[in-house]
Amino acid sequence: MNALQRMAGALALAALAGGVYAQSAVDEIAKYRQQLQDGNPAELWEARGEDLWKQKRGPKNASLEACDLGKGPGVVKGAYALMPRYFADADRVMDLETRLVHCMVTLQGFSQADAVKQPFGSGSRRSNFEALAAWVTSESKGSPMNVSLSHPKMKESYQIGEKMFFFRGGPHDFACATCHSESGKRIRLQDLPNLTEKADAQRGYTTWPAYRVSQGELRSFQWRLYDCFRQQRFPELKFTSEGSIALTTFLARNAAGGTFNAPAIKR
Amino acid sequence: MADPMRIRAVSKDGIVNVKVLMSHEMETGQRKDGSGKIVPAHFIQNVTATHNGKTVLSAQWGPAVSKNPFLEFNFKGGQKGERIAVTWTDNKGDKRTDEAAIN
Amino acid sequence: MSDEEASARALTVMKASFNERGQAKLDRLDQDETQRLCSIPPSVKLPKEVTDRIEKLNLELVKYPTDGRMLGDWREGEKIAQRGVGMQFSDNPKNPAGGNCYACHQMTKEEISFGTIGPSLYNFGKLRGNSEAIQRYTWGKVWNAQAYSACSNMPRFGHKGILTEKQIKDVVALLLDPSSPVNK
Repeated sequence: MNALQRMAGALALAALAGGVYAQSAVDEIAKYRQQLQDGNPAELWEARGEDLWKQKRGPKNASLEACDLGKGPGVVKGAYALMPRYFADADRVMDLETRLVHCMVTLQGFSQADAVKQPFGSGSRRSNFEALAAWVTSESKGSPMNVSLSHPKMKESYQIGEKMFFFRGGPHDFACATCHSESGKRIRLQDLPNLTEKADAQRGYTTWPAYRVSQGELRSFQWRLYDCFRQQRFPELKFTSEGSIALTTFLARNAAGGTFNAPAIKR
Repeated sequence: MADPMRIRAVSKDGIVNVKVLMSHEMETGQRKDGSGKIVPAHFIQNVTATHNGKTVLSAQWGPAVSKNPFLEFNFKGGQKGERIAVTWTDNKGDKRTDEAAIN
Repeated sequence: MSDEEASARALTVMKASFNERGQAKLDRLDQDETQRLCSIPPSVKLPKEVTDRIEKLNLELVKYPTDGRMLGDWREGEKIAQRGVGMQFSDNPKNPAGGNCYACHQMTKEEISFGTIGPSLYNFGKLRGNSEAIQRYTWGKVWNAQAYSACSNMPRFGHKGILTEKQIKDVVALLLDPSSPVNK
């Protein structure tokens, strides 16, 4: 194949011609996803995240390199596969983003309000969290998911998250479970993972964060929950809120034993 | 200033395989923003790759190329340890060059 | 933590974990009895007296059209079935909401992008006819799905004010009108 042909292949958009049957459309989407795997733009976020981790920033002019993600200060390798987890220094359960905020406040001297200013990126307004999450999670690629519930606060967080998952509310009576508690279902043509079932929960959880081609953005797990609740017609989920952490604990624990494989790429 | 490119170049059996990820908005000039105004076109127009001062790839791009583009190509004659440089120029005159060693 | 304690803790945590935004106020977290009873995994089967009670109380909440006419324009109904927005904090409340039927149901042969959370509704009217009893059932199902199937995943479009009476007439026509593509 010559360079131009390859380029055309790599740059081609999935053209879903009308008139094809649903199953072949689903197959074509799967093929499209596979083609995108090679050259995932998430790497651009990973690179920026690594720079941000090492850069001296904030009122204290410090980097995040002394940040303890649970495996000791500065240990990033494999840390995400064990999160959310209980942190004794804060006496609470934290997911990755919550821990990053904690480190930005304690190590770099940012105020809480300044730290959480741009939780998600939007065009030129970029989010440091999404870049940092891309990099930190990439350092867990290949690690088995192993969130432990041995601490009572982890157990409590899991139970709260489970209740939230099945909580029906809002004008549409939707819960997370409406779309994610039965196997083999689709919304329009999009396959829905059954997050109460092991294999699907693993596949679902271990592929976030992800680069969303349709948005041209890398999206973190906090964003995933935020936007699910928006579509559920709930109010706006607060970034790094206790509820968001509890739901993450529930989903991460259900994915135990799965091999972490993100940042991924999705439609 | 645009973010750096990610470039990977691997030599095998005399052929160098190069993979490049570029950070760019690639606005087509046909989209409208929330208030109905056209978002101005902003896209990469020219891409060149050079090895030992010799151009091994030259491409003209347009607004049909996706945001954060990925480019893959092969060329003959590169050796491990040598460097490959990739440059893009966009329609606003912004330009970026990055280099990587061939592995 | 007992199951009831967990439910109570979860509610407290949720109240503190959301901000009101746009049309989505915090009262969206205040559950009615149906929502509360149905906040369970699909594997949990509620006792028959509970599901009977849910269906009875919801059936009593169905409001039938004031002019007695239940069939509107299926062409408008098709647009409502395709439309996915409405009631999100990102939506402008001045714009009409959609029913988003295709998200979960197959409806026509032409539309291949349909979901499978609900059953296929293709030929819904052709199989059932459009007698007054069928019209009344279809109306009630769209107005308040819990009236006929306790803990159904389907929104209560009329009861919750998602769709207007006029819109529901159009959706019922999409399902029952013999000339609708649903019945072709």
